[in-house]
Amino acid sequence: MNGTADICNHCRNMIREKEKGMKMSRHISTGPSSFIPENEIIGAMPLNDSTVMFLDEEFSGRMDNLTQVMGLHPHYLQAFLRCHYYLLRMDGPLPLHYRHYIAIMAAARHQCSTLVCQHVQEFEQIGVCSDWLRGLEFCPQRLRNLNEINKILAHRPWLITKQHIQALVKTGEHSWSLAELVHAVVLLAHFHALASFVFGSGVNPDPEVTEVNGVTDDICPPAMAGLCTCHLTNSNQGNRNPLRNPDTGSELEALMERMKRLLEEREDDDASEEEMFTRFEKEKKESLLVVSAGFDEEVVPPSPVARFVDDPSFGYQDFARHGEDNPPTFKAQDYTWEDHGFSLVNRLYSDIGHLLDDKFRTACDLTYYNMASHEGVDTSMLRRALFNYVHCMYGIRYDDYDYGEVNQLLERNLKVYIKTVTCYPERTTRRMYESYWHQFRHSEKVHVNLLLMEARMQAELLYALRAITHYMT
Amino acid sequence: MEKMTRVSGTVSGCTMFCHLDAPANAISVCRDATQVVVAGRNIFKIYGLEEDGFVERLNLRVGRKPSLNFSCADVMWHQMEENLLATAATNGAVVTWNLARPCRNKQEQLFTEHKRTVNKVCFHPTEVNMLLSGSQDGFMKCFDLRKKESVSTFSGQSESVRDVQFSIKDYFTFAASFENGNVQLWDIRRPDRYERMFTAHTGPVFCCDWHPEDRGWLATGGRDKMVKVWDMSTNRVKEIYCVQTIASVARVKWRPERRYHLATCSMMVDHNIYVWDVRRPFIPFATFEEHKDVTTGIVWRHQHDPYFLLSGSKDSTLYQHMFKDASRPVDRANPEGLCFGLFGDLAFAAKESLMSAPQSVGDVGRKTYPGGDRRYPIFFFKKPDVTEQFAQVSSALSVFESEAGSSVGMDWFINTAQSYLLSGKPFAELCEHNAQVAKRLNRPQESTTWTMLRIMFSEPANPSLSSNHNLNKSGNLPLVNSFSMKEMSAALNERNKENRQDNLHSLETNLNNNDENEETEGSEGQAEYLFGDAELDDDDLYSMEHDNQAAEEPEYLLPQEAFPLRHEIMDHPSAPEPVQEKPESPHVSGSEAESTCLTPMESFSLISVSQLLFSPHLPPKFFCPIVKEMLCYYAEQGDVQMAVSVLIVLGDRIRKEIDELTQEHWYMSYIDLLQRFELWNVSNEVIKLSTCGAIMCLNQTSTTLHINCSNCKRPMSNKGWICDRCHHCASVCAVCHHVVKGLFVWCQGCSHGGHLEHVMEWLKQSKHCPAGCGHLCEYT
Repeated sequence: MNGTADICNHCRNMIREKEKGMKMSRHISTGPSSFIPENEIIGAMPLNDSTVMFLDEEFSGRMDNLTQVMGLHPHYLQAFLRCHYYLLRMDGPLPLHYRHYIAIMAAARHQCSTLVCQHVQEFEQIGVCSDWLRGLEFCPQRLRNLNEINKILAHRPWLITKQHIQALVKTGEHSWSLAELVHAVVLLAHFHALASFVFGSGVNPDPEVTEVNGVTDDICPPAMAGLCTCHLTNSNQGNRNPLRNPDTGSELEALMERMKRLLEEREDDDASEEEMFTRFEKEKKESLLVVSAGFDEEVVPPSPVARFVDDPSFGYQDFARHGEDNPPTFKAQDYTWEDHGFSLVNRLYSDIGHLLDDKFRTACDLTYYNMASHEGVDTSMLRRALFNYVHCMYGIRYDDYDYGEVNQLLERNLKVYIKTVTCYPERTTRRMYESYWHQFRHSEKVHVNLLLMEARMQAELLYALRAITHYMT
Repeated sequence: MEKMTRVSGTVSGCTMFCHLDAPANAISVCRDATQVVVAGRNIFKIYGLEEDGFVERLNLRVGRKPSLNFSCADVMWHQMEENLLATAATNGAVVTWNLARPCRNKQEQLFTEHKRTVNKVCFHPTEVNMLLSGSQDGFMKCFDLRKKESVSTFSGQSESVRDVQFSIKDYFTFAASFENGNVQLWDIRRPDRYERMFTAHTGPVFCCDWHPEDRGWLATGGRDKMVKVWDMSTNRVKEIYCVQTIASVARVKWRPERRYHLATCSMMVDHNIYVWDVRRPFIPFATFEEHKDVTTGIVWRHQHDPYFLLSGSKDSTLYQHMFKDASRPVDRANPEGLCFGLFGDLAFAAKESLMSAPQSVGDVGRKTYPGGDRRYPIFFFKKPDVTEQFAQVSSALSVFESEAGSSVGMDWFINTAQSYLLSGKPFAELCEHNAQVAKRLNRPQESTTWTMLRIMFSEPANPSLSSNHNLNKSGNLPLVNSFSMKEMSAALNERNKENRQDNLHSLETNLNNNDENEETEGSEGQAEYLFGDAELDDDDLYSMEHDNQAAEEPEYLLPQEAFPLRHEIMDHPSAPEPVQEKPESPHVSGSEAESTCLTPMESFSLISVSQLLFSPHLPPKFFCPIVKEMLCYYAEQGDVQMAVSVLIVLGDRIRKEIDELTQEHWYMSYIDLLQRFELWNVSNEVIKLSTCGAIMCLNQTSTTLHINCSNCKRPMSNKGWICDRCHHCASVCAVCHHVVKGLFVWCQGCSHGGHLEHVMEWLKQSKHCPAGCGHLCEYT
């Protein structure tokens, strides 16, 4: 199992040549992820009929790497694909090429060349306005106006205000209608979050996509496509086998133990409000310290994706910064997705609310009652901790959640990973991926990624929709 | 408004409001209707209801740093015990408050059994010590206030609980509504299982309310923007009324003393409070429009007084609404209706009073059908209910029937759309063809336009002959190189006469209209037109002419001596002014503008002909501004078909002149029209031929064709024609036994079929199914 696990993409391509003869599955042409051994993904649960049919329709039977990795959770995949294609292909306020262009803009914010290439290709297939692909300055002013909320949503969504919305929808030559804006906002949030997933799970670029010629070629040169993150980190990884690592054996047990204890304690935990508040603040503050080292300097490589990025220096900044006037905490109960977000989004862009709702719900409720080798475990506590931790980093606070749990359940390595994947996914490395939860299966780590992605998307949407609501009232 | 039938002694007041310090989440009123409690994230206060305003009585939010227990999602004042309140906190605590406590902190008991936010608390209507709570964690708990802990826990086995309500009539029953759309009925004595469950809404049910009098009536409101009234008294839960609102329903409260009335407010976007008569679900009975942000809590001030409603809102205000101050949407509603029938008929309903004297207007072709007409039995007179307070409006219906082939019908549109050629032939032929089509359909103006276009934009060499020919037919145009002004106008006049035969009536209006502007004898068409031109030349449209001249100057090398009147004639190009000007003038009717427009068109023809004869140098570009005007004119007139057709046929010749957005707009309107008339092929052709990016990608949506294998009925993958499940060829032609890859026709009786042409051939020889199943196939 571990033999092929650590081979980077380059080598795998060579092996692939040899293996071609024995390939059984028609849609696997290369490893879908650089973090996860290929055979783990192929051996995943079979997709159900309707999902397969859906894929057939939309992809002509081809599964891209992203779908394959996500296919580890077929139930979620179905909800995801339905939403994804509704956003990109079905009836909606925005024309098709706009949608793909917005997808490109959003993915480019995180330098996610995989997604950018994919949508550049889709954009070309539509066959109009192909000069937009030369860069942002070639697209209409109307789209360029989106840059501002694109960058805010991608990096510091709490800064979005009703003035931003006002600036976009105020009548004028390049104005957006509210329906169009909501569509754009959902697209932006969707693709920001998707970029998180792509980096977080080390999804490889699709070979088919990089092979197309024309404009795409100079955006995604083959060399660039091969330069996956694993390449950077591979050298010092060696041939480590996480399962044999002696000191991690008790890690899982300890986590299970803590979960059990928390469950018991909960009954008699009489933490005062002040205590709860400080716990949230503490978690928020602590998230600042969780920084992946070595990236202090903001150097944006002159990647070909950069042409779709405006103001590249704008990056993530911690929500709670030391000694500064922090923006007020977002009280989750005052603007919830179920009550407020849904109503607004569904009003302006019909049916998307149901699809998003379904997606969030599926992601949050997904469980196999497994934890690594243990079965019959109620993982809801862990899932909620992950979800709420992401929201905590974005300054969203749940009154009814004890943030002390986060501290007990999520180890430091995991926090580093979470923070990196949600806030600056482009820095995710294979080492981070491997450094937490050594005994867990890859599919469980993908599950973590799904939760992070959905939590991030919901956080962005909540901030954006709240701003739109404020604008409307 | 109706007279007050019952006034409960103490309640009086007027519409009034007060500012709160913070947004309210919920309000509740005490039993004797003298005090109201307001609760929210940062507010927890009691206000006294005085005659002329609210007076703050008590602030329950005490302490230097108030805990989250004060952050209330819901509040309820006990209806039996006037000192007892309960709140649901966002952190999952259920708190009771006793106003009789002597110290500042009135908190009595704290239950922290729920793990998530508590959405709702509810006191038992008659039992003093019984409190019920419903929480986000999916549990409902019943508390006995004499004990420290809950006495029973009810698990909904589904998602979060949004509302719990004790039944007013049945001592043991309560209803709970859930985030997943279910409503459950429970017996308080049996915590193990619900008595009843039904799905009330799609999406969360935010609220429910028992009818104060009718046992078993429950109103529910949900995110799906509906309010439904359920009858629980029968074995099967039955939906008896349904009101569709415009936003998700956050609260619903039955109106006291009014059996069919209930009040609602919404969760998002809409800030008004509506009172509905559930039997009249389309228009609210009354509306309160005071709030500036969403209303979060509504409560009727007194259980037996239907005239006072209290409401709290996110805009940090607390209102008392008087029913007599409510706005009544019915009064403003428009009881008129207008609708087009399938065949161009027009039905129009209006108040009878308005319709009583219609004949004096002198409409033609109008038929009035009073309510009794057998042919249009539209009115079902509902027996007025005494309890109903709706204004009775009776309307009269008129139907305007279109005569076959009249202008109301859109036959010309369909015919034109189908017969126009937009591509596939040389430009001149396309124009020629389309001109013929228009002519055949009795649309001389369009026909002439096409002819003009051909002349303007054709290469000078080849099509000139045919064009001359054509023009000579339509008017005896003098093609001599020297002609006098008089002759020229005579020619014009002559052609006008021709047109006049077509629409004499319209021209007359036109002439009358022009009379107002110019002091000519209206009947003299000749003078009129020349005057018109001359006047407009030095008029406000001067600048436009300027542009033209700039464009034409380089090519303007004509032998002067042969043209004594050259300049006068050349001035005609500025003649589209009438076209441009007319639509702006308020009293233009469509037909009038039409006939005016003819004139400038004709005058162009004169020029271009002369150009062709003497100077083939005038570039087609020269006409672009005029053609642009013309297209805009057509589009303005509603004939977007013409605009788009010309746009497509002219293609690059004109496209640059008109901005993208306008073009897109035209295309969209035309495609929309075509699709309404189910002219799918034409609409697709238009999409294909369009040059706008946004239009071209229209036909790239929904391009998937779903195929099921004819053998095993499973969906086919898109690879090849062999089903990968049963390994048979799908859709085989019954005649030639090959796979059908194009049009597949099959008999609906036996479902055998094949290539269209094969089946057609087969059926010429035999009536039986080609597959040999013995069926006598029928194809229509």
